[in-house]
Amino acid sequence: MANNKKKNQQQYQEFAKQRETKRPLIKNCIRAFLIGGLICTIGQVISTFYIHFFHFTEENVGNPTVATLIFLTMLLTGFGIYDKIAQFAGAGSAVPVTGFGNAVIAAAIEHRTEGFVLGVGGNMFKLAGSVILFGVFSAFIIALVKTILIQWGGL
Amino acid sequence: MIYFWAFVVGGAICVIGQIMFDVFKLTPAHTLSSLVVVGALLDGFGLYEPLIDFAGAGATVPITSFGNSLVHGAMQEAEKHGLIGVVTGMFEVTSSGISAAIIFGMIGAILFKPKG
Repeated sequence: MANNKKKNQQQYQEFAKQRETKRPLIKNCIRAFLIGGLICTIGQVISTFYIHFFHFTEENVGNPTVATLIFLTMLLTGFGIYDKIAQFAGAGSAVPVTGFGNAVIAAAIEHRTEGFVLGVGGNMFKLAGSVILFGVFSAFIIALVKTILIQWGGL
Repeated sequence: MIYFWAFVVGGAICVIGQIMFDVFKLTPAHTLSSLVVVGALLDGFGLYEPLIDFAGAGATVPITSFGNSLVHGAMQEAEKHGLIGVVTGMFEVTSSGISAAIIFGMIGAILFKPKG
């Protein structure tokens, strides 16, 4: 009986695999490349603006650039435009920092009806939380190993 | 010229993300988490800073730069305070991405109504 069930499941999985629409890899990659590249170029324009008018250096210009991009993301997400870009671009809109911003802001707007504390506060990092977790934890391990190597290994 | 390289490098990192979506069938959360770890590793080996010099926003805008700046902040403080600095310096450099996301997330929730 149990064996039979397993067999059915396997058959179903194979069936589902056959029926699954093939993802157009090349087309998706070209779209991701174009939109991702475009977002980074916009970022570069903003960076140049900050370097010339607000005396940031090339070292620390990343910070205001990221903040500005996330501000723009807020507008695009709020008016429902970012979703449409994401449908077209796939990873091209998810991988830049605007995708991180969109994940936070969309969750915040969506859960607003549940109240600001439980809804917005509780769900804001539902999607973006894992990025922060693994970013911070891996950075901790890497910096720890490097510091130990430098201090005791004389690297 | 920097605009061209920002476009190419930024686009290339997004293509890597798209391949992780389509070929390895990873969810966006898995893909972004992996990319952040890759960024942190690259900075651990001192490879991310040259990429930023070369591609500007093409390297600072993708999420990989988040991992890079976390390690960077931790190492900066570690030089001054030793092992304790690894923990205290973590958000030294990268605070703007997270604080901007929180601030504009809140403002967005106040301004906009959910759709659908």
